[in-house]
Amino acid sequence: MRHLLDTKTLSRHDALRILDVAEDMRDTQTREIKKLPTLRGKTVVNLFFEDSTRTRISFEAAAKRLSADVINFSAKGSSVSKGESLQDTAQTLQAMGADAVVIRHGASGAPQTLATSGWISAGVVNAGDGTHEHPTQALLDAFTIRKRRLGADSRGRDLTGVAVTIVGDILHSRVARSNVWLLSTLGADVTLVAPPTLVPQDVSAWPARIRYDLDDALAAGPDAVMMLRIQLERMNAAYFPTEREYSRRWGLDARRVASLPADSIVMHPGPMNRGLEISADAADSPRSTVLEQVANGVSVRMAALYLLLAGERDTTNAEEAAR
Amino acid sequence: MTETILIRGARIDGAASDLVIADGRIDEIGTGLSRAGARVVDADGFLALPGLVDLHTHLREPGYEASETILSGSRAAAAGGYTTVFAMPNTSPVADTAGVVEQELALGEAAGYVHVQPIGAVTVGQKGERLAELGAMASSRARVRVFSDDGFCVFDPLIMRRALEYVKAFDGVVAQHAQDPRLTEGAQMNEGTVSAELGLAGWPAVAEESIIARDVLLAEHVGSRLHVCHLSTAGSVDIIRWAKKRGVNVTAEVTPHHLLLTEDLVRGYDARFKVNPPLRRDEDVQAVREGLADGTIDIVATDHAPHPAEAKSCEWQAAANGMVGLESALRVVQQAVVDTGLLDWSDVARVMSAAPARIGRLDGAGTPLVAGAPASLTLYDPTPVRAFTREDLHGRSTNSPYVGRDLPGQVLWTFFRGTPTVERGIVREEARA
Repeated sequence: MRHLLDTKTLSRHDALRILDVAEDMRDTQTREIKKLPTLRGKTVVNLFFEDSTRTRISFEAAAKRLSADVINFSAKGSSVSKGESLQDTAQTLQAMGADAVVIRHGASGAPQTLATSGWISAGVVNAGDGTHEHPTQALLDAFTIRKRRLGADSRGRDLTGVAVTIVGDILHSRVARSNVWLLSTLGADVTLVAPPTLVPQDVSAWPARIRYDLDDALAAGPDAVMMLRIQLERMNAAYFPTEREYSRRWGLDARRVASLPADSIVMHPGPMNRGLEISADAADSPRSTVLEQVANGVSVRMAALYLLLAGERDTTNAEEAAR
Repeated sequence: MTETILIRGARIDGAASDLVIADGRIDEIGTGLSRAGARVVDADGFLALPGLVDLHTHLREPGYEASETILSGSRAAAAGGYTTVFAMPNTSPVADTAGVVEQELALGEAAGYVHVQPIGAVTVGQKGERLAELGAMASSRARVRVFSDDGFCVFDPLIMRRALEYVKAFDGVVAQHAQDPRLTEGAQMNEGTVSAELGLAGWPAVAEESIIARDVLLAEHVGSRLHVCHLSTAGSVDIIRWAKKRGVNVTAEVTPHHLLLTEDLVRGYDARFKVNPPLRRDEDVQAVREGLADGTIDIVATDHAPHPAEAKSCEWQAAANGMVGLESALRVVQQAVVDTGLLDWSDVARVMSAAPARIGRLDGAGTPLVAGAPASLTLYDPTPVRAFTREDLHGRSTNSPYVGRDLPGQVLWTFFRGTPTVERGIVREEARA
């Protein structure tokens, strides 16, 4: 794997490979010594043009547990805030010898521009770009769903027949996009629920069903309900009238959680707006996988970095080491 | 006094003809011509087209000379077969006074490759708030007849109405950049299935169509002439067709890129394909081609928009809108509408020369190739097909979406008022001998 830029072009084979390697990585994380020597001597740069403590520390933990050297480059307070271009930043990192660049950027497509520009030779991992994609989030979500359903039998299996309902601001959500592509590639049945203002104008090409009514969607008994964070500034742009109305129509409250089938799970990529898109009861219920998602995120990111940096070169040895 | 030139064997309206150029004019057209002392140009198999007229060019001077100057843009124009370009007013300072348009005119004359005809801004600073001194620009030495806030829409309906009415006093025309600013806040590409996938803010077709619909009704109401810049959607073609049927005095233009390229090119986030209005769907490309073929759309204009490398070599959202287009326009038009059988070469002469000159009320430009007419013409070989390269570009900027793409045709000679500006495919270092 040269780069991990999106899930739209990720094949079922490659997706399963990442998930299966993540299983191996997860197994190592139950050991007393969590650290593996696999990426010793490799340098991973976390290039964050947007604040995101959660994603950044998840990648940082993943790289460090593989013994890579980690450089955190935050655009805030750096030369980027003084007007340095993506090109100059990238070339600087290249000159310093980065082997992989994990990039979070507010502009859709920035990771692809970085990967295809010729500015750097490092592998690029998209850690969220604008309103485009967030592939490692979708991978950890898929991993979490698979783990909850199949447990120790997860390896090699996809999500055929699993019904996933994603609720919230689809229009601006990179998490939603990455999940739509990945979950459908893995055979899941995806339903999107949102106010019509927060659905892209033309989603006819998406492998997903669109609904505006959350109760109708939940009545279908989904296996997983994924709540997306709602940005309060959307309210000012007339996407919906008030916070209260949003919460009433599209929030996951105790009543709605109770209506779900017994083994359905409740997911959230975090950070949550408790009381807005998700109630405390829902967030803290045994159905909630929020903290599992965080833990699995490290395993999935370890797998991604491993496949990028250790690559196909000595797969067997490295995978043995991971086991 | 220019040299006397005998062009042998060029195809004019399908027939092989000789032309004699003397004193800046076409002296004689016929077969088997000879002229003592004349320089002979062998044009066997080349098309002779009247010098092309671009109603929509950004020359960036004054103010943005790092991107283009009137001289460099003039050279790019000559390379593409143009002998007249209308320069849009979004310079710094904005061309909203007689002083700026006269300066542009003078710089164009000094460059000498083409006639540079300034377009005046409709409103002061292109801010859409109050009318610029349109009359002063009209009566200046630049004789401005086309007014546009291009880059910005004249959004306020009352300002638009007043502008349409006011320019009637000197037979002017308002060239509208049709874009509802509220519906396109932060817009990055055509709104539709591709923008949904790429997570780029959408520029909906309705933001163009609603302004065009309003403007044709306004033009009808006040009995004025309206020109619609760079129309890009199937719906816009329908509205113009409807308006023309009603007798509204409206003309419309389409760019070469909207005749050829589609939004699918945005998928790689390569900012060379970022332009305003954005590349649209394949259905829209088909509709603007048909609109051009049936006369709904009057002209092809380049919207040549040079930008420095750093404005394109960056993430999509940060990149500037626009493409250079003067050098590639004729070749793109050949591929999009001639080779597909929609237009013949006399149609091309109409939509790229005669009609734009008429809309811009510019005498002495866009005239057919007849004895006595100004010797502004281009000799074009439509047969070769080769990749468009950076070497084909002659301006200061290289933001062409066609670099690396195969295009038919080659401009071999351009004559501007009797003087060759392009000889055997090479732009002359100095426009004047």
